Amino acid sequence: MKKIEAIIRKSKYSAVRNALHDVGVNFFSYWDVTGLGNEKEGHIYRGVSYSTSDIQRRYISIVVNDDFEATTIKAILDSAVTGDVGDGKIFVSDVQQCYRIRTGEKGGNTLK
Amino acid sequence: MELLTINNVWMMICTALVFFMHLGFAFLEIGLTRQKNTINILFKNIFIITVGLLLYALVGFNLMYPGEFNGFLGFAGFGLESPLTTQGALDLTYNEGYTYWTDFLFQGMFAATAATIVSGAVAERIKIFPFMIFVVLYVGFIYPIAGSWKWGGGFLQELETPFYDFAGSTLVHSVGGWAALVAVCLLGSRIGKFKNGKIQAIPGHNIPLATAGVLILWLGWFGFNGGSVLSADPGLTSLTLVTTCLAAAAGGVVAAVVSYLRYKNLDLTMFLNGILGGLVGITAGADQMSPTDAIIIGAIAGAIIVLAVSLIDRLKLDDPVGAIAVHLVCGIWGTLAVGIFGELASGAQFVSQLIGVVSYAVICIVSSFIILYTLKKTVGIRVSEKEELEGLDGFEHGMDAYPDFRLNEH
Repeated sequence: MKKIEAIIRKSKYSAVRNALHDVGVNFFSYWDVTGLGNEKEGHIYRGVSYSTSDIQRRYISIVVNDDFEATTIKAILDSAVTGDVGDGKIFVSDVQQCYRIRTGEKGGNTLK
Repeated sequence: MELLTINNVWMMICTALVFFMHLGFAFLEIGLTRQKNTINILFKNIFIITVGLLLYALVGFNLMYPGEFNGFLGFAGFGLESPLTTQGALDLTYNEGYTYWTDFLFQGMFAATAATIVSGAVAERIKIFPFMIFVVLYVGFIYPIAGSWKWGGGFLQELETPFYDFAGSTLVHSVGGWAALVAVCLLGSRIGKFKNGKIQAIPGHNIPLATAGVLILWLGWFGFNGGSVLSADPGLTSLTLVTTCLAAAAGGVVAAVVSYLRYKNLDLTMFLNGILGGLVGITAGADQMSPTDAIIIGAIAGAIIVLAVSLIDRLKLDDPVGAIAVHLVCGIWGTLAVGIFGELASGAQFVSQLIGVVSYAVICIVSSFIILYTLKKTVGIRVSEKEELEGLDGFEHGMDAYPDFRLNEH
């Protein structure tokens, strides 16, 4: 099992969600995050310009069986891209075990 | 009697509108400052309107309208005492425009405004108790004494060409503005406003609230200027409302355009300050101007706002909400404009306006300096660095304006 975590533009969230559904990924969690990155946003307040590198993104966390890894990543890569700096990152890591709380069963079947 | 009833109703509506301006000031000030100081600012504003009104009842009204006096300082005694007829009823011949009670309350609403102006300029760093002491002295004594010079029939009213200030560009707005300037100089700037000599932006935390504040202030100005006619005179009140609104609109538009030309940015906060600049600018002569005059006065005030905000920044003075630019600089402009535009325009009038501006500069700068400098040298007027960094709300009040949601047991 793999955990796939993606940091994406908020504006791309619905495209990514639909792409994931299309390839059969129906369970995931997400939350809004603020972070630092290469992108700088210019602002002007009362005649004084300033820039901030604090940027708002959406963080998606997906756990899939190994055979879903490649299609899930491709779905995100294709749907979250704009080509500009700041499109985000995908992290992949191994997951040791997974349990379904309702039944107590464990293993890859719990993700289906 | 019928006429008095109509006049009095209009004056009470205006009183309510001026009261509403305190909400506008509160919204504007918290909108343009940081979240961590919100409770502190609201506390100051609520303190000003409550204590200000009580002080005005106790001493202010009778300092400001002492009747016959030497022109500089008079006092008609403590408290309110309604004039009675021989039968013991309220004497309705007190004035053809309003009753004694309406007179007091309308003027009382004005009095608190002057200190509210200071509150915005010193936001996010002043200690609350010294500020309260300052408010008591300034609203209780300085504002009404200064006001008596003109509205109480004092020496500025007795000039050969009387000084003219219809609704208080000088008597209210500059009186607050001068004290704001002195306070900002004595307090110093907020931590982080100037880094290595460079001006830094400290954005306000709630621009929608600031916008609501400005629109509420604009509405309040219908009463501020409309009520300063001191009756429901149909010609004058409707003209005054027209000049007031046109100046506000022109001020906003010109401030937005000038700030766009200077900074290549559509800055809403400058747009908002421009509206207030136009309102303050027209206040001295709102009943004397044609609609065209009003637009010109408002437009110039709008341009002044953008330049003054930038100048005040460059002088290393930190005024989080632009109170000095709006109330002092545009207050002076509006006062002088009475000598340049409108029915009263003349060289002699301009000189009288200048005498008025200088007189108020002297009393306000001297008195607020004495009060604030004494407080600075005795109890201190600035919060500790730690308190300023972490926010005044937690230290002075032990509260958050927007408490984080906590996990509840469902």
